[in-house]
Amino acid sequence: MLDGGRIRWVEGWGMAVAAAGYVERPTAIDEIAGILEAARETGFPVVARGSGCSYGDAALLPEAVVLDCSSMRRVLAWDAETGVVDVEPGVTVEQLWRHTLADGWWPPVVTGTMAPTIGGCLAMNVHGKNNWTRGTIGDHCLELDLLLPDGGKLTMSRERDPELFRAVIGGFGQLGVITRARLRLKRVQSGLIHAKAVAARNLGELLRQLDEAKDDWEYVVGWLDAFAGGSRLGRGLLHFARHVTADEDPEALASLDPTGQDLPATILGIIPKSVMWRLMKPSTNRLGMRAINLAKYVHGATIADGAEYRQSLAAFSFLLDYVPNWKRAYLPGGLIQHQSFVPAAAAENVFARQLELCRRRHMPSFLGVLKRHRPDDFLLSHAVDGFSLALDFPVTASRRAELWQLVAELAEPVVAAGGRFYAAKDAALPGELYRATFHNGELERFQALKHRCDPDRVLRSALAERLLEG
Amino acid sequence: MVGDFRHALVIGASSGIGEAVARRLGADGGRVALVARRGEELARIAVEINAAAGETRAIIRAHDVRDTAEVPELFQRIARDLGGLDLVVYAAGVMPKVAFDEFDPAKDLDMLAVNLGGAMAWLDPAAERFSRLGRGTIVGIGSVAGDRGRSGNPGYGTSKAGLHAYLEGLRNRVAREGVRVVTIKPGFVETAMTRGADGLFWLISADRAAEIILRKAKRGVVCAYVPARWRLVMWVIRAIPSVLFRRLKV
Repeated sequence: MLDGGRIRWVEGWGMAVAAAGYVERPTAIDEIAGILEAARETGFPVVARGSGCSYGDAALLPEAVVLDCSSMRRVLAWDAETGVVDVEPGVTVEQLWRHTLADGWWPPVVTGTMAPTIGGCLAMNVHGKNNWTRGTIGDHCLELDLLLPDGGKLTMSRERDPELFRAVIGGFGQLGVITRARLRLKRVQSGLIHAKAVAARNLGELLRQLDEAKDDWEYVVGWLDAFAGGSRLGRGLLHFARHVTADEDPEALASLDPTGQDLPATILGIIPKSVMWRLMKPSTNRLGMRAINLAKYVHGATIADGAEYRQSLAAFSFLLDYVPNWKRAYLPGGLIQHQSFVPAAAAENVFARQLELCRRRHMPSFLGVLKRHRPDDFLLSHAVDGFSLALDFPVTASRRAELWQLVAELAEPVVAAGGRFYAAKDAALPGELYRATFHNGELERFQALKHRCDPDRVLRSALAERLLEG
Repeated sequence: MVGDFRHALVIGASSGIGEAVARRLGADGGRVALVARRGEELARIAVEINAAAGETRAIIRAHDVRDTAEVPELFQRIARDLGGLDLVVYAAGVMPKVAFDEFDPAKDLDMLAVNLGGAMAWLDPAAERFSRLGRGTIVGIGSVAGDRGRSGNPGYGTSKAGLHAYLEGLRNRVAREGVRVVTIKPGFVETAMTRGADGLFWLISADRAAEIILRKAKRGVVCAYVPARWRLVMWVIRAIPSVLFRRLKV
């Protein structure tokens, strides 16, 4: 039997879904192998977990062994000449850039928070604000070591076992445990970003400007006020950014010092960031968020419209880390996010329908984010040549079922338009809608690989059971 | 659905209060594991719960609560098979007939084994689990008979008094972790245990008792008499001086 003392309450990042699990924190590959073997013998499933930054149920499963790899956090090799790094799965995005920035290298793809582990990033094949120019993190992975539940070890790359390589990346941790990843990082000459902010009066304008900027700026991201309706539906702000070159930055070398990238410890110079989420809580409701969204838009569309400025790489990239534990403002119910990817031609129509639907159901999103994407060749890819819209929703006990129903309704036009969904954010999508986005036997090929790598189905997750199994 | 009791475990679910609690939990939409010695009775009850629900809500595990060694692993597997665990109800109990002039340690010790030892074996791992998770509800079915040492059945009263003390200690240990431990003290309930007994009054059905018990458990009360009027009666009985109480034929 398992050690009952290891049971813990394990939450998705949004705190809206959670389950009890027996948490193990291995520090070596042999320990992982031992945990997998013990699970097989006792008949308990294993769910892989990193920092637990997936919004929903990607890294949890009721009554499973939770293989928390966050203690395997060694940088195994670093070549400052080529920018190639070998890391254990628990190395975080923060640890990675802090290790390499002084040598002039930055991760080519980063998430909105620097907390995720590289193992988790690869399992969900994360993207950043530069998806159009740089692709997903998987596009920068050169090689992986995978530990199978039966103790077998595989090394793979685009040349060596490429089909499995393209399935493990974005494979929800269902095929094996990533024990080493080799990534190629991106050269940067400065620790600064040059950014530009512009306003858009409606959804069409927002999408058009985002599309027009995608080849001129490495990073393009849009924010929209999901409370606005009518002719102002989808109004928002855009932020474009590119890396500052050494020619532009006389202090370029000094700006590569990681300590100069630290986010400020206070807001407005006086409020400790640690208490900010408590101050945010009274306004984390429909009325408060309507006012905040309006104020943000008005500020961006007037004073800040067209503003160009410089920011540190960390300050621009990791907006979600500005206020520690801001998600707690959503307690007690937590939050979920729904991010759908829609081909460019259909995006305006689909997103407009989604925003209207939220308004009709009186469940407006508190935060809406738009990005531009390009397709990739990973087996369970979520990307399309088009746009994504990510919508945050608060979860309340009284309207939880309605919200889950809303997510299903939001997903229907996405499926009809040939879109996809991003599983790292998901908590509520009905499996049949997710599966309906794959048309070329991808799910069957994935299941065949699952049978090859994990025939006893030791590795599981609530997300995989919900989305992949019909 | 009853409160947050989406996944429940009832020990002693083959008859009486345990059976009624399990049936209510299943009918209200939760998943429930039924544990008792008599597997065939459990199977019959589970079939009825599942047929009424139109889906599998009840699972069964045959187990004699005297076999305490097998509890830890069984407990863990039941939680896994249910897909979680929010509520554990210990309802197993025996009360053999004891003649007034009968002094049988075998009967008394067996009552201790089933009514108290089994409870400790099941509720200790439940308390450990719930305290580590910071949530969960434990319900122990005691008895008004545990409030005084009655001449009619000293062993039974002792086992229930011990259970009450154990549950109180457990509560004091895990309450700060957010775990609820509820002591239920039923009066006379229409079950196999009371069938044919003399001097019964205020008899309520097992289903009515289960309804009250689950309502109290949902509220997380510390100790509930079922039905509530027994609280007053037992307050009076507890106040009777020992010298008088021993003259009563109870």
